[in-house]
Amino acid sequence: MRLLTIVGCGLVGVAACGPTPPVPQTAPVPPPPEGALRTPASFASIEAPDARAAALFVEASRVMLHPRCTNCHPAGDAPRIGDDARPHLPEVVRGPDDEGVVGLRCDGCHQEQNLELARVPGAPHWHLAPREMAWEGLDPAALCAQIKDPARNGDKTVAQIVEHAGHDALVAWGWDPGADRAPAPGSQAEYAALMQAWAEAGAACPEPPKETP
Amino acid sequence: MIEVEINGQKHQLEVAPDMPLLWVLRDVLGLTGTKYGCGQALCGACTVHLDERVVRACVTPVSRAASKRVTTIEGLSAKGDHPLQKAWVELGVPQCGFCQSGQIMTAAALLKKKPRPTEAEIDQSMAGNLCRCGTYTRIRAAIKQASEEGR
Repeated sequence: MRLLTIVGCGLVGVAACGPTPPVPQTAPVPPPPEGALRTPASFASIEAPDARAAALFVEASRVMLHPRCTNCHPAGDAPRIGDDARPHLPEVVRGPDDEGVVGLRCDGCHQEQNLELARVPGAPHWHLAPREMAWEGLDPAALCAQIKDPARNGDKTVAQIVEHAGHDALVAWGWDPGADRAPAPGSQAEYAALMQAWAEAGAACPEPPKETP
Repeated sequence: MIEVEINGQKHQLEVAPDMPLLWVLRDVLGLTGTKYGCGQALCGACTVHLDERVVRACVTPVSRAASKRVTTIEGLSAKGDHPLQKAWVELGVPQCGFCQSGQIMTAAALLKKKPRPTEAEIDQSMAGNLCRCGTYTRIRAAIKQASEEGR
């Protein structure tokens, strides 16, 4: 009978089965403006610390999962480029120290600053994130678990992660990428403030997405 | 004033610090063996050595070369008899020849670091040097021959 009901709804259309129930409006946080980050204050209405930390991390993850960051935190051994995360040309590889191989090392082309005319991006110590720090393809929950895992975060404490987010010069490039590359959302200071607030709320991670049967 | 040592000779250069090293080599010093290809570090025709490192001269500000040693194809060997140069001639590697000085400079750095590279290592290191004539198989063969000569 239940099957028949479902089939019936499918045949005659959703409207015949009644209006879709309204989505409960439990989220007290306003949506972010385009290209911007919400501030930690936007999440103050979430009272439970773990839930607030999780929400703060999800917001900060909009930076970390942006192509400006994931392109050089790839899942494989080669970086990606552009807002569409296409393969890097020339076909470079990470090599033994994440800085390329002899003859084709990152700093053979990438300088310590962006090049306006040649459009080659650059920042101090241009290199790939180690393989265990791959962000490409992760969801916020998996990203959070990785970032808190000393075996996959360069043996850093949460406090050191926050410091890195706010002050590293290569991280800073994400908001000043040059040419026609889209910058990461917000600013480095706003990103660091979210990470700081996440840490202060207990650094809980968001729930992994529920598996669909 | 920027002091740069190029092929063993020191030069005092009155140039803008952000002038590409390639401009200095070709237009200021007349060292035209290093070629201008794409100007965006995508083809490798302008490859030179900065100390022991391989760089693309078209995107390297000359200020980065200050107080460092630059080696170009003209300075790779005194008589053009580097094992790679000899192998290049013996195997008739070049077709049009435009990319070849860049190819040889990258290969020279590879052999200095890895005198017995595997084919995969050759391919990985040479992946940034394009050859529109498609001489890649002869380039690889010449690198292997030069590697054997050093054995």
